[in-house]
Amino acid sequence: MLREITLGQYYPVDSVIHRLDPRTKLFGTLIFIVSLFITTTVWGYLLATAALIWVIKLTKVPFSFMVKGLKAILFLLLISVSFNLFLTSGEVLVQIWIFKITREGLRMAGFMAVRLIYLVLGSTIMTLTTTPNELTDGLEKSMGFLNKVGVPVHEISMMMSIALRFIPILVEETDKIMKAQMARGADFETGNLIQKVKAMVPLLVPLFISAFRRATDLAMAMEARCYRGGDGRTKMKPLQYAFRDRAAYGLQLFYLAGMIGLRFYR
Amino acid sequence: MAIKVEHLNHIYGEGTAFEQYALKDVNVTIEDGQFVGLIGHTGSGKSTLIQHLNGLLRGSSGSIYYNGENIYSEGYDMKSLRSKVGLVFQYPEHQLFEVDVFSDVCFGPKNLGLSKDEIEERAKGALEQVGLDESFYRKSPFELSGGQKRRVAIAGVLAMEPEVLILDEPTAGLDPKGRDEILDEIKALHREKKITIILVSHSMEDMARYADRLLVMNHGEKVFDDSPKNVFKHYKELEKMGLAAPQITYVVHELREHGVDIADDLTTVEEARDAILKILRR
Repeated sequence: MLREITLGQYYPVDSVIHRLDPRTKLFGTLIFIVSLFITTTVWGYLLATAALIWVIKLTKVPFSFMVKGLKAILFLLLISVSFNLFLTSGEVLVQIWIFKITREGLRMAGFMAVRLIYLVLGSTIMTLTTTPNELTDGLEKSMGFLNKVGVPVHEISMMMSIALRFIPILVEETDKIMKAQMARGADFETGNLIQKVKAMVPLLVPLFISAFRRATDLAMAMEARCYRGGDGRTKMKPLQYAFRDRAAYGLQLFYLAGMIGLRFYR
Repeated sequence: MAIKVEHLNHIYGEGTAFEQYALKDVNVTIEDGQFVGLIGHTGSGKSTLIQHLNGLLRGSSGSIYYNGENIYSEGYDMKSLRSKVGLVFQYPEHQLFEVDVFSDVCFGPKNLGLSKDEIEERAKGALEQVGLDESFYRKSPFELSGGQKRRVAIAGVLAMEPEVLILDEPTAGLDPKGRDEILDEIKALHREKKITIILVSHSMEDMARYADRLLVMNHGEKVFDDSPKNVFKHYKELEKMGLAAPQITYVVHELREHGVDIADDLTTVEEARDAILKILRR
């Protein structure tokens, strides 16, 4: 069940997109998200679709793998689509009992669905092609200016990368604990809600204890290697832009300009 | 006939880029009352195999029979299988959760739906079998030593009164004394309660001393299935799999190469001692 979430899971293949600097990909994702909110026309969405398909092709990640991430937002998608579909006023197309489907509602619901799906796909591309370490490195570097106003950027990004690093470990640990308790006859599947919640106790207690133990061990190991925060800390692999990053920035700006143009072009 | 595994395959990530055979056509029958050792280097499929025996993992193909019944057949009672085939995992930290030792050991029998008296009786019996007296009953399982935690974990499974007990490296991380104590207790369970034991371990010495039958796994396949003495004769092949024979076996082979007339199937220090003394007295 937990394994199906692709968001935050790196897919290890070698592609142009994988090799891009994380800052380029962050910026690109941001532009893509902004562009989805700028556009209001079918032509805009067609351009976004073309860009998305081209980038997905470039990543060499199987499309089916990417779509798995959408399952997580299926419920959210259904709710927002039905709200838009039934609650937008305008020219009535179909009426079933008190539910009215309007031309405007249909349009809004369609755009909303496309927008949500593209949002998730866009950010999934980034997390599938960027290792969590690269990602936090990129964030730390791009947000570095906030340091001047007293935001502990390094500490936040360190916390983020540790949290991301721990997700697969804890997922695996949960699996092991579940099995150990099932071997003692525990039942996590049947029963009503209260019984199910009660059945979680033998799972959660060992999980929390192990998470705390891992956290103290990690803190100890970091201190043993003289970790003392971001000040004066150097990188083993400092981020450096290459030609492909400049090219990518160019394409991104070109895309953004196209999207803005399409908004005003009638 | 207790457990019969037929043509069992297990494939991880079937149909994706990460596809990998964890078990490949495994056939094995474990008779009642045997003490079976299971060895293999990390990732050889031994942990995967034992998790199939109590139905925690389901094979991609093949079948498993417990007392003649196919456990993959429709409507088979997995919960009762798990109480009959007890599995103790390597890390006791993965199963201890209650406020005290006694209630933790009660968890298993409680899940079987027994009466309160029966549950407490079984928990007491199980704790006695692993050598923990009443002074431990009200202690938190988290303030115990590694060896004591391991005992509580074993007792937690024993309290379900299994017919087969599978232990995944029950001695990992213990000092030599704690290790010998745990293994002697397991041996006693085997001898007195006639429980079938399947023991996973990396210690060839322990295998030579305790097991009557030794299974060797490599790359998901069963490569040897014989008495420890016969398996350890293949020590050169075992080394290629990242395993070894007991150290005393090497000493014996070295002696033979130097012309000492000593049997080549000695696997425990005691046997070798007796054989060497016999030669010296001649």
